[in-house]
Amino acid sequence: MSHRIDDAGRLIDRSKPLRFSFDGKPHTGYAGDTLASALLGAGVTMVGRSFKYHRPRGIVASGVEEPNALVNLGSGNKLEPNQRATTTELFDNLEARSQNVWPSLAFDIGVVNQAIARFLPAGFYYKTFMFPRAAWKHLFEPFIRQSAGLGKAPDAEGRDEDTYEHSYHHTDVLVIGGGVAGLTAAKAAAAGGAKVMVLEQEAHWGGRTPVEGGEIDGMASEAWIAAAVEDLAGMDNVTLRTRTMGAGVYDHGYALGYERVSDHTPGDGRPRHRLWRIRAKQIVTATGALERPLSFPGNDVPGVMLASAVRDYAVNYGVAAGRRTLVVTNNDDGYLTALVLKNLGLDVVGVVDARATATGANAERARKAGIKLMMGKAVAGVKGKRVVTGAIITDLSGKGASTDVECDAIAMSGGWSPVVHLWSHCGGKLNWDDGEAMFRPDPDRPPSGAAGEAFVVTAGAASGFLSLEKGLADAHEAGRTAAKAAGGKLTRKAAPKAAEEERQPIKPVWIMPTEAGVEKRMKMWLDYQNDVKVSDVQLAAREGYQSVEHTKRYTTLGMATDQGKLSNINGLAVLSDALGQPIPQTGTTTFRPPYTPISMSAITGEARGELFQPLRRTPMHHIHEECGVNWEPVGHWRRGYAYPRAGETVHEAVNREILNTRENVGMLDASTLGKIIVKGPDAGKFMNMLYTNVMSTLGVGKCRYGLMCSENGFLSDDGVVVRLAEDSWLCHTTTGGADRIHSHMEDWLQCEWWDWKVYTANVTEQWAQIGVAGPKARAVIEALGGMDVSKDAMPFMTYQEGELAGMPARLFRISFTGELSYEIAVPAHRGAEMWEAVAKAGEPHGIQPYGTEAMHIMRAEKGFIMIGDETDGTVIPQDLGLDWAISKKKEDFLGKRAQERSFMASPDRWKLVGLRTLDGAVIPDGAYAVGDGTNANGQRNVIGRVTSTYYSPTLRKGIAMGLVHNGPDRMGEVIDFATLDGTGTVIKAEICDTCFYDKEGAKADV
Amino acid sequence: MLILTCPCCGIAADETELENGGEAHLKRATVGSSDEAFEAYLFDRANPKGVHFERWRHAYGCGKWFLAARDTVTLEVYATYSGQTPEPPADVVKAIKAKRPDWEGTA
Repeated sequence: MSHRIDDAGRLIDRSKPLRFSFDGKPHTGYAGDTLASALLGAGVTMVGRSFKYHRPRGIVASGVEEPNALVNLGSGNKLEPNQRATTTELFDNLEARSQNVWPSLAFDIGVVNQAIARFLPAGFYYKTFMFPRAAWKHLFEPFIRQSAGLGKAPDAEGRDEDTYEHSYHHTDVLVIGGGVAGLTAAKAAAAGGAKVMVLEQEAHWGGRTPVEGGEIDGMASEAWIAAAVEDLAGMDNVTLRTRTMGAGVYDHGYALGYERVSDHTPGDGRPRHRLWRIRAKQIVTATGALERPLSFPGNDVPGVMLASAVRDYAVNYGVAAGRRTLVVTNNDDGYLTALVLKNLGLDVVGVVDARATATGANAERARKAGIKLMMGKAVAGVKGKRVVTGAIITDLSGKGASTDVECDAIAMSGGWSPVVHLWSHCGGKLNWDDGEAMFRPDPDRPPSGAAGEAFVVTAGAASGFLSLEKGLADAHEAGRTAAKAAGGKLTRKAAPKAAEEERQPIKPVWIMPTEAGVEKRMKMWLDYQNDVKVSDVQLAAREGYQSVEHTKRYTTLGMATDQGKLSNINGLAVLSDALGQPIPQTGTTTFRPPYTPISMSAITGEARGELFQPLRRTPMHHIHEECGVNWEPVGHWRRGYAYPRAGETVHEAVNREILNTRENVGMLDASTLGKIIVKGPDAGKFMNMLYTNVMSTLGVGKCRYGLMCSENGFLSDDGVVVRLAEDSWLCHTTTGGADRIHSHMEDWLQCEWWDWKVYTANVTEQWAQIGVAGPKARAVIEALGGMDVSKDAMPFMTYQEGELAGMPARLFRISFTGELSYEIAVPAHRGAEMWEAVAKAGEPHGIQPYGTEAMHIMRAEKGFIMIGDETDGTVIPQDLGLDWAISKKKEDFLGKRAQERSFMASPDRWKLVGLRTLDGAVIPDGAYAVGDGTNANGQRNVIGRVTSTYYSPTLRKGIAMGLVHNGPDRMGEVIDFATLDGTGTVIKAEICDTCFYDKEGAKADV
Repeated sequence: MLILTCPCCGIAADETELENGGEAHLKRATVGSSDEAFEAYLFDRANPKGVHFERWRHAYGCGKWFLAARDTVTLEVYATYSGQTPEPPADVVKAIKAKRPDWEGTA
């Protein structure tokens, strides 16, 4: 069993005990512990259960690669699922709970999945959940939902109380990784005069080197690291960040750093996480290497750990993985673990080495220390269920006699894989190194930047140099060249030196024993978290999976939260073997950012609540607010949907607003409508290209309704165009279309007709606009005073500029309601003043503000279209009966050629009609008109759909418009609209004219 | 997260300042064009793995459209130049060919 040992633990402070709880049980650790080391120190070896079979799981690793020790951290609004115990720094009163366990870690119901393991092979989702179809909804989906996900999702109604922020940084050289390689590279780059930033994901500098021992430049590695950090910290051109992971490397030197600012000091007022958005000219990835597990039967039993992790826990935290440890290895590093444990006075059962002989320096030391070496052997089985109690040792092949040994921990080393993730994120390529049995970065095929030159260079173990002396030399060179490439100099300082060690080559052993039968292969775990075994990958190969990417998705190998950091290389080696091809031919899956999961909140940063997106307010926003308006978001704007009075529902308010406008007069805040000025000698020519109708002939002071189409012929926007002067036009657009249409105009002007003398300006926010509509509208405008608005002086569809109520104003006589109607535009800063003036002038006439819903209904009563209701990007003006607004005289306009295409002129297009329900009911939004017969999928044929549907208070019944097959030719015909209430009832509606109110237009023309 | 230098205002702009406008140097087909020519104009795009000519707008900057010749695989930017350029300029083509001797050029 794991336990704390005396006289060890370079990172912990035994004078500062910390209390924490796991699954509600209190424990004690020390300052400097990780949650994982504290748990192991407290004798907790089983920390969770696996995803599929709910197998007991213990801590395997000591860093970011940990697949098993994921916990729910905190509670309430602080709950965070899937936190890795190995990278969670211990703090006082930390609260952790195990995941994927029910009802408890010790007694778990899901463990029955183990008993039926042979029915849950690779691809079982695809195989099992297909048939019968009905079972999906009632059987499979509830089951998957119940068992899906490891951690517990925080309460949906809860709110994260912590704060997060983004930070921007520009640097010449970004060094990712603060181990000895990263520090060496940073020193070399800084000496070359480059501005350097160094990111280290852990709280400590130096990486794993202090655990491995060794000397650098004649100093103990720990002392060398301290001196190097002091050096760097003293330089003005160097920025150092600990607890900051290099999460991703992107195009042109963009990189993301994820800083866990106060995870370990909760409640101290600092932001919890900080996302660093970095631009670097050169990036050095000194990301180290990760040890691989060995695939032997029972390698997932708690107590089986990576050999490097076993010595990390011993040296860094004074924690022993067990009292009697067996080491199993295929390379020299396993011996280091045996030596560390032996030196701490712990019992080492022996070293099982897959190689026939051991000649390396470490093996020699182990032999001298009296450790039992078992050469050419394999672990062929692990005893124990919830913790290791022993192991079975055979020849490497698994044949012949076996020996049982007693042990309570197994330290395994399957060799090392350089962390190539960040190198690969932006396209760096890899080579398979047969000698070292690893994929290593190919310096000749690096990620390239804007100039086509390499912008990422690897350093140290990340380059595949596993020995200290070679790693330091490589890192020094990486730092030098990065500084030079970033515009600095090549430093003449020498690389730090370390003694050369005698190393014996690794023996790649992808399964152990090598000739294990299927029963054993079913117990060799590759992916611990997702329960993918050697047998699963072999089955996938037998079933025809050849691509490593497909195999990954089929078996779920490497798809867990650790993203295959431990499992990928072993898995693809097994796949290669099963396919009978060399490893490089199989290749790797794609490495994608982030390197390890980062919090969504860090990505969000400050962009939440009010800062989530900018809110656009009209100049009258505050007045609406004071009236108790019901807001509707329109783009980034807020528009008043309705203005309910005390005791009134929103629906009642809408009806009142409509009736008051139709009987008296209403006022609308129309400021959000787009207003774009088109000006210049060629403006008329340009306007004729933009709009389907002729705009160049519009008289000064006149208004005309116009349509804009995309080059594809589809209706894109509409609005009233005003000829302000000989050379300038004012284009009104929809609220949502203003920016888009302005951009569209600029595109054509800049990229196609750049020799035309035209200037555009989006003046939407420069003007406040107020619609005044209703039979008494003229009386209101007259009361404001300043302009002659009599019928003769200012007929329908005209405009004048002058003063109203003592304010400079533009007045448009246009109507979207069908009533006598004006729109007053004043400079934005006088909008509120004009609103108040109109309200006051209108008071004797019963003026009331009306909102967007009243506006929508009134325009529907008139049969006016609304962009986004009647149009959806597939509708042409001809579909909407707007042929009158399409010029036949103009040679060209945007969309003209497209509208000549045969299918645009097809008689089978759905066309706009009015719909009058027989019983006055309101057709549901989006309802389809159903015809006779069924289509190839057995669904009822549809012959049309509703585009706008409302209760009309004016007509006291439901009105609608819709697009219907041959609609205009079917006037008077009654068609059926399906409802979604599940009863199969239909609403019968008669096809009629789109205009329901004042067809002659007499009301507006007074 | 590309960085492209706007030829109009000279700023090396981050991708977040820019808006992409698809393939560059398309010739507008309009009234009088054949169905095939019009279809090609509206829908046929090169989408190459390699050298590509693109339209970009410095949307959150000077507002101007410009063109970029870049490599969709290596992310190398060969040149950015005025949006008012009907064909890839000779010096840009030369620069690309110097770096990419195997490039077959625009059709």
